[in-house]
Amino acid sequence: MSSHNNAIELTDVTAGYGDRAAISGVSLALSRGSLTAIFGPNGGGKSTLLKCIAGLKRPWSGNVQVLGAAVGVHAKRVAYVPQAEQVDWSFPVSVAEVVMMGRTPALGPLGRPGTADRAAVADALARVDMTDLAQRQIGELSGGQRRRVFLARAIAADPEIYLLDEPVTGVDPTTQEKIMNILDAEAARGRTVVATTHDLACAAQRFHDVVALAGRVVAHGPAQLVLDQGVLEKTYGGHLVPLAGGGVVLLDDPHHSHGAHEGHV
Amino acid sequence: MNPLDLLLAPLSYDFFVRALIASALVGVACAIVGSFVVLKGMSFIGDAVSHAAFPGVVIAYLVGAPIILGGAIAAVGTALGIGAITRRSGLRADAIIGVLFAGMFALGVAIFSSIPSYVGDLFHFLFGDVLGISVGDLGALTLLVLGLLLVLRLLWKELLFSTFDPLGAGAAGLPVRRLDDLLLILIAITIVISLQAVGIVLVVAMITTPAATAQLLVKRFTAMIQVAALIGVSAAIIGLYLSYSLDIASGAAIVILETTLFLIALAFTSIRSRLHAARGAA
Repeated sequence: MSSHNNAIELTDVTAGYGDRAAISGVSLALSRGSLTAIFGPNGGGKSTLLKCIAGLKRPWSGNVQVLGAAVGVHAKRVAYVPQAEQVDWSFPVSVAEVVMMGRTPALGPLGRPGTADRAAVADALARVDMTDLAQRQIGELSGGQRRRVFLARAIAADPEIYLLDEPVTGVDPTTQEKIMNILDAEAARGRTVVATTHDLACAAQRFHDVVALAGRVVAHGPAQLVLDQGVLEKTYGGHLVPLAGGGVVLLDDPHHSHGAHEGHV
Repeated sequence: MNPLDLLLAPLSYDFFVRALIASALVGVACAIVGSFVVLKGMSFIGDAVSHAAFPGVVIAYLVGAPIILGGAIAAVGTALGIGAITRRSGLRADAIIGVLFAGMFALGVAIFSSIPSYVGDLFHFLFGDVLGISVGDLGALTLLVLGLLLVLRLLWKELLFSTFDPLGAGAAGLPVRRLDDLLLILIAITIVISLQAVGIVLVVAMITTPAATAQLLVKRFTAMIQVAALIGVSAAIIGLYLSYSLDIASGAAIVILETTLFLIALAFTSIRSRLHAARGAA
């Protein structure tokens, strides 16, 4: 049943923490070269789903295939970018050192970074416009710059699959535009990109496919076809407030200070 | 006595020279593992492991086995046990650490208290006796430092990645759990070998304080380890002289010096950041 066109295949995956399932019965196939946003309410299982694909969370049941093999077999061809809150920004490393970490898995235990690795780091930094800040300690960067460093680390790894947890949350529109342009370009050259997001407008406008996730998959398909009010209501339950003009306001995200997001669909 | 004599006179005693070398080696070893301990937020584990080594030390002392061996088995076992129980129980690591720390130490105290007239030796284990260090102990310390430097040389980029971002490293296929276990083992061995010099109660300060001070002062991991080692070695040497001339416990003298350096660094960085803020506002 595994198709060669699918970079990622989940079959009936259930996973969670303690005795609470965060996602249950998730089946999903993401094709090579797809650019997919996973959206849904807090606690809807977005990060858990991403961690199952990344091999960071073992499902209670079900099966996850990545690049046609069990999770972990092709780990070196997967780049995972954690949420910004999960990184210790006071850690004494420079921007260039973080990006070089992207080269570490391929180098192997005894390998030392060489000319090609340094060139890959320089290219990745140039693509995210961070060349000037290469020697900065990461704590000295703005929120948007921090996201770009981690994106550069993923680029430097030259992965088949990008897994990004909230890559555009809380960044300014210019940075969001930059990040999405890069992800779009990576998908265009056959790399598979999966990102979780709170930003419905970004999911609708900048991603090709969307997955609506509320513990289970509510909908999956091209953004224009899937993102209608019925799907949003099923995904967010009572947190969705229709506007007179035809849009909706999402009353989600009690843990973030900015409160409401607006989704124009 | 002129100042030069103050420096040179103790060097005519072999035990003092051995103590100096031992303290410097302990300073380097603790700085290396301490930098990882501080960045991973594991200081409490260091405290737990040093206390958990106690029953192993006592049992080895009773049966006449090498004390380092007994301590190492108990410490490494407890360190790995903390990791394993935390992963399985769903309880927070600090609770597991608190439980094992107290339980193992109580076991050591119970066994030790069954020995008649134990008080003098107990003091020795708890607070260290660097002046009583043997040539064999020095050999063990030298091997420890060489071993730590070798591990850093071979696994630097893996340790850096998995310490900084365990999720990203794990997803990219690095053996994060085995690297964590390796660090725990290195921490446990470092603590046990350092116990002789600084004792169970103070070894955690030798690990945490120089590294924490260094993190305040520099912005690169390699520099942090180097500065921590420099602080560890200087505090050890100066502390030992202070202990000799003022006749106070050597471990305590070293730790008090390190704590003082930490407070100075803290004052320095807070003044520096206030100056930056003032310049930024101007």
